[in-house]
Amino acid sequence: MNFDLRFPIGIMFTLFGGMIAIFGLATSGNDIYTLGLNINLIWGAVMLGFGLLMLLLTWRGRKKNSPPRR
Amino acid sequence: MQQIHLGGIDYSILLIYFGFVIGIGWGLKRYMKGSSDFFLSGRSIPAWVTGLAFLSANLGAQEVIGMAASGAKYGIMTSHFYWVGAIPAMVFLAIFMMPFYYGSKARSVPEYLKLRFDEKTRGFNAVSFAVMTVFSSGISLHALAKLLELLLGWNYNYSIAISAVIVLVYIFLGGLTSAIYNEVLQFFMIVFGFAPLVFLALRDVGGWTALKAKLIPVATSQGYAAGTWTQSWAHMGGYKENPMGADWFTMVAGLGFVLSFGYWCTDFLVVQRAMAANSMSAARRTPLIAAIPKMLFPALVILPGMIAIALHFASGNQFLPLGKDGTPDYNMTIPTLLAKYFPTGLLGVGFTALMASFMSGMAGNVTAFNTVWTYDIYQSYIAQKKSDHHYLWMGRWATVFGIVISVGCAYLASKFNNIMDMLQLVFGFVNAPLFATFLLGMFWKRATGHGAFFGLLGGTAGAALFHGLAHTNGTEVGIKGGWIAQHFPFNSEMAQNFTMAIVAWTTCFALTILISLATKRTKSDEELKGLVYSLTPKPETAHEPWYQQPVTVGILVLIVTVTLNIIFW
Repeated sequence: MNFDLRFPIGIMFTLFGGMIAIFGLATSGNDIYTLGLNINLIWGAVMLGFGLLMLLLTWRGRKKNSPPRR
Repeated sequence: MQQIHLGGIDYSILLIYFGFVIGIGWGLKRYMKGSSDFFLSGRSIPAWVTGLAFLSANLGAQEVIGMAASGAKYGIMTSHFYWVGAIPAMVFLAIFMMPFYYGSKARSVPEYLKLRFDEKTRGFNAVSFAVMTVFSSGISLHALAKLLELLLGWNYNYSIAISAVIVLVYIFLGGLTSAIYNEVLQFFMIVFGFAPLVFLALRDVGGWTALKAKLIPVATSQGYAAGTWTQSWAHMGGYKENPMGADWFTMVAGLGFVLSFGYWCTDFLVVQRAMAANSMSAARRTPLIAAIPKMLFPALVILPGMIAIALHFASGNQFLPLGKDGTPDYNMTIPTLLAKYFPTGLLGVGFTALMASFMSGMAGNVTAFNTVWTYDIYQSYIAQKKSDHHYLWMGRWATVFGIVISVGCAYLASKFNNIMDMLQLVFGFVNAPLFATFLLGMFWKRATGHGAFFGLLGGTAGAALFHGLAHTNGTEVGIKGGWIAQHFPFNSEMAQNFTMAIVAWTTCFALTILISLATKRTKSDEELKGLVYSLTPKPETAHEPWYQQPVTVGILVLIVTVTLNIIFW
């Protein structure tokens, strides 16, 4: 079955992480959103990193499994 | 408790997640060419996926909401469900039992019972399991809708309909593969949704050392020793020394052996994930891959409960909402923490994780139901010689009526809570002796079909009889026990259930041996090859690297588990 699960996981977490990190940036300094940590920015960046790592692994997996060029 | 208001970004995250879940089902639809693809994923899934799905299929409401509630109610002792119960059972399944499940080519756990014993033993297990899965799915659906109504003010009927339709669509389209892939997605969602919650709550309470100090009054105010909430074994000498009301023997034999091995080694809901793996090696590694994050899950689901009860006491009983009897509503632990620590944005991730946990529990039940219904009931007793395409069609429709019955059960649970308690109790009677049947079937070639069937019936009757004679102090007589007479008093329902499991297992074990010795074998050694340990060639693993050898990894997992028990002794 040619379906690499890492790809949708990577896309989803890149999207979620990016959305939350940008939201955290946009609302930084606003007390409503902050134990005083800008957790949206911090955790959004972590999720974004995980998503990008999954996409990198997908890309490497495809490269490894693709037929050699002539 | 005050209602929580989700922002636009929170709803966006929820909707995008649902889009991915259905998208995965849609993407897998073209691979569903035969019944084997739909029910068994064509045995083509890599070990890391089946391993995480094996863990995630068990990550339903019981785990996320229930374990946090137990963490608040019993403290670190709740970790016995992991470090005494789940992990040893998962290692046992990987090393000793998966070779039979996978190697026998059985398509389900009830089918293994047919191959090993006879048709009546399979029928008993298949029917009781099928009924149990749709009811469990319904209870999960009801709990989710109730929670959403309470926290967000969502309409109960809409919550039921939306959750049921999403699960229905992705399983109808992509079968077991879709459920497994989405369970992996749900696993990551739950980890990323709850990890920052633990970080923030632990930081708020002042770290682990400060938490230990704050849990002392929680224990002493209830008459227990100071460290009871933070030491898992030190107060297990007697049943009066801890809030679980169980001593070490009841814990190890009842929870650690009978109930945990019974669940992790024989419940088709989790075993089905391992049976979908792409090789014998991958199938055996599946429970071991699941065991590694499972070992650390107490930090994700039990620790928040411990923090919540510490904050509750420190704030003068102001943190957790109170029930009608004035005690904390422990089931609201996770929602209360989410509302306190997560701002808009991360709240969407936390809530999506919560919904994902309920839906993964439901989807696991539905996929197990449609397989057992189609292979073990429909194909065996109703329509025996139909085409493969016909069984694929039946599997899809079994998914539809499985979901419809689940929805009916959810409404039943909302109207008659006692009926659901009664059903759960009956399932407990049926499940408790099951591991004895499998243990004897796999390791004693003399065990016969009559022995297995009547042993199971005897174990079930033994459980019911014990329940009628045992009673937990302070609970009503009837559904909580003591409906014949009150001969065996207990301090907690948990200890009563653990003891009932020991009685059921022992009755089944003894009866199966006695009846087997009194009846003739109906299966030859040749027929039992691949089904019984002594007659089956052992899988060759010497050529594999050490980290792929089940015995080596299993021993390492057990060493880490023992270490965790010692650290939190």
